[in-house]
Amino acid sequence: MIEVLLFAQLQEEAGKDKILLDIKEITVKEIKEKLQSQFHLSQVKESMVAVNEEYALDGDIIQTGDTVAIIPPVSGG
Amino acid sequence: MRDKLFEVVEDPISVDSLIKKVEDRNAGAITTFIGTVREITGKKKTIYLEYQAYKPMAEKMLAQIGKEINERWPDTKVAITHRIGSLDISAIAVVIAVSSPHRKPAYQANEYAIERIKQIVPIWKKEQWEDGEAWIGDQKENVPYPTGKPEIKDEDND
Repeated sequence: MIEVLLFAQLQEEAGKDKILLDIKEITVKEIKEKLQSQFHLSQVKESMVAVNEEYALDGDIIQTGDTVAIIPPVSGG
Repeated sequence: MRDKLFEVVEDPISVDSLIKKVEDRNAGAITTFIGTVREITGKKKTIYLEYQAYKPMAEKMLAQIGKEINERWPDTKVAITHRIGSLDISAIAVVIAVSSPHRKPAYQANEYAIERIKQIVPIWKKEQWEDGEAWIGDQKENVPYPTGKPEIKDEDND
């Protein structure tokens, strides 16, 4: 199981703050595509992905048990 | 223990407590930056702001900014606290304190910190206007780098 955390606008779009995916292994790029096509989360395209609280790159591999966070452009400060 | 140098909190921030965290016998300067909630942006009137964070990662990223500062400006001490939740106009959203033996690194490192917060720290704000609301993103019109180098100009720092 891979837990995907959603924040800000993405959270409102999805109507929930996390999605559980029954997947053993997937790349960052693939998970972004999946969230866009399957869950219709358009803002994923412009978002960064964090795996276990570290920013990840498109080619990085996510494994079951990992916590993924979709990070839309930040606006703190 | 209230001695965490990099924090995301829900209660009001005490500027004084951050100053205390960076006090040092070898410091000759302490700079503080206080980010507050602005009422008018362009033609829009904000009623209040709602901040949300991915808290564990946000605190990690704040600590990373502190580490970057220590590497670029040795002998500095840094403390950053960001508040989340509902914030009224003029409320303090973020406080950055930097101490240094001399004033220039304290000023420079403090500005560096706020620029980096706007690049890499997973915190988002939602504007509540009189006639609507919206999550604000990409104020810097760039996307945070995973491991990246800061985007602020370097020439004055050396």
